[in-house]
Amino acid sequence: MDILQLISEPLTYPFMVRALLAAIMVGVLCPVVGAYMVLKGLSFFGDALAHAILPGVVITFLIGWPLAIGALLAALLAALLIGVISQRSNLQEDTAIGIVFAGAFALGVALLSTVSSFAVDLTHILFGDVLGVSSTDLWVILALGSVVIGVIVLFYKEFLVLTFDPVLALVLRLPATALRYLLLGLIALTVVTSLQTVGIALVLAMLVTPAATARLLTHRLLTMMAVGAVLGVAANVIGLYISYYLNIASGPTMVLVATAFFGAAFLFAPGRGVLWRMLRPIGAQAPAAPQ
Amino acid sequence: MSPGHKRAVQHDAALPAIELENVSVRYEQALALENINLRLPRGARVAVVGPNGAGKSTLFHVIAGVVRPTEGQVRIYGSGPGRHICVGYVPQRKVIDWGFPVTVTDVVMMGRVGKMGFFRWPTRHDREVVRAALDEVGMSAFADRQIGELSGGQQQRVFLARVLAQEAELLLMDEPLTGLDMPSQEAILSLIDRIQAQGVTVMVASHDLNQASEQFPAMLLLNRRLIAYGPPQQVLTTTNLLAAYGGHMHIVHTGEGEVMLADTCCSGGTALALPSLDHAAAPVVQPVAQETMQGMRPPR
Repeated sequence: MDILQLISEPLTYPFMVRALLAAIMVGVLCPVVGAYMVLKGLSFFGDALAHAILPGVVITFLIGWPLAIGALLAALLAALLIGVISQRSNLQEDTAIGIVFAGAFALGVALLSTVSSFAVDLTHILFGDVLGVSSTDLWVILALGSVVIGVIVLFYKEFLVLTFDPVLALVLRLPATALRYLLLGLIALTVVTSLQTVGIALVLAMLVTPAATARLLTHRLLTMMAVGAVLGVAANVIGLYISYYLNIASGPTMVLVATAFFGAAFLFAPGRGVLWRMLRPIGAQAPAAPQ
Repeated sequence: MSPGHKRAVQHDAALPAIELENVSVRYEQALALENINLRLPRGARVAVVGPNGAGKSTLFHVIAGVVRPTEGQVRIYGSGPGRHICVGYVPQRKVIDWGFPVTVTDVVMMGRVGKMGFFRWPTRHDREVVRAALDEVGMSAFADRQIGELSGGQQQRVFLARVLAQEAELLLMDEPLTGLDMPSQEAILSLIDRIQAQGVTVMVASHDLNQASEQFPAMLLLNRRLIAYGPPQQVLTTTNLLAAYGGHMHIVHTGEGEVMLADTCCSGGTALALPSLDHAAAPVVQPVAQETMQGMRPPR
């Protein structure tokens, strides 16, 4: 079997074409948003958000509404609760995140356990069901993804100031609090959008891993986002093909490929990789940036 | 209203550049600043000195409009700081993430964001201002470098370029010289001179009392309260220094003169020979205690 056949054979199945389109869109979207999470240390927040939306997903699933609506409402509610608990008590924010995230997740699992097809449904929600993506789902991903990318394009320079030097944002009289909530809202929207491809348990990897890999390879936010998007698409597409031919679950395979990319960059990144540093003669100057 | 960030307010040059009236700042339980009264004319150049935790950063934050005073009023050219985008602020080195993926040009361009307004990308004019600012601080050759690749002194010059690009009329620098070698310190000081010469009002927080008294026509001695403000020889008296540094201060009588030693733990102690005391011998300056060495370590 030649390479072209290897690539084209899965595409004779419409569900594989839909899965591939979803994987590509999510592969672009997640690292762009994830770049801010990597730079601001918001990984735990993102993971918590993904788990906290479970009850919303389950309730809308039970009453037959589009899952995205319940997920979005639950995400906003969780973010609000986290904010209120950490501001109105002497608890650290990560503790508040932990409490809300675990509590909401437990509520979701409890609700879902009332359904007879519990195990199957829980697996799909936890680990994604990219092969079950409908064409409506594709449109939803496209619409929500475009909104997120569009907002980032519009507020790119403000977000850059806010993430690099929050005090400067205040000195320049930018509406820093509103911008911060907007950014958190974009993360929530991205989690919801990406849920179907990799599920609650692994969506964090889509957000953080390609962006973190790009962080090791670049020196500017814009290039970090672009390289992250390329890596995200590559990991998802390669992962999808591997899962097709080896008959393993698609979501985890995509995440494993992304993780392998990160491992390679961690070891071999020019100037910064672990092996590069070990091999560099002692006392040698750090090489100039490639830009 | 056209889309845009808040418009800059008009300045009344007849009014003081900075005016603080009974300003107090309280964080949770602790009082960071207590009843500060201060008037700085346009073009003033003031070194702000005091021990750790004296409220130097808080004072800058209040003037910059980043922190709202718990009591009292701040006025920049006669009006509250909230609508001014003319305050250039250079934070302490340690609060910046130097590994952040931004180039020198990106950082300087950030100074323009307040003037650009929402939904706009840098124009040719913005890029020219940024280029001129980098020229002014002698960092044009490094325009495309990631900021973490620069030395500490170069990083400070980039942040000064950002203030220039912002076209700021007030410059607040939080310990810009800490951890820099002498040539870098001199380069920064002469840049501050040039910026001040353009009519910018400058406040620089410093740990080095000697340098502050030599390089600045006015000093502000702070320890939560404003202890003294004026020319260095009026500010640096034994009474004032004891009021500011309290238990950290040691006055040592030696055969060669009177030496005052401060061992403020953990961020660079200060040794100062009292200039105004009537001993004929040359003053002796020497650091005391192990901790004082920490502030002298070069940045990573």
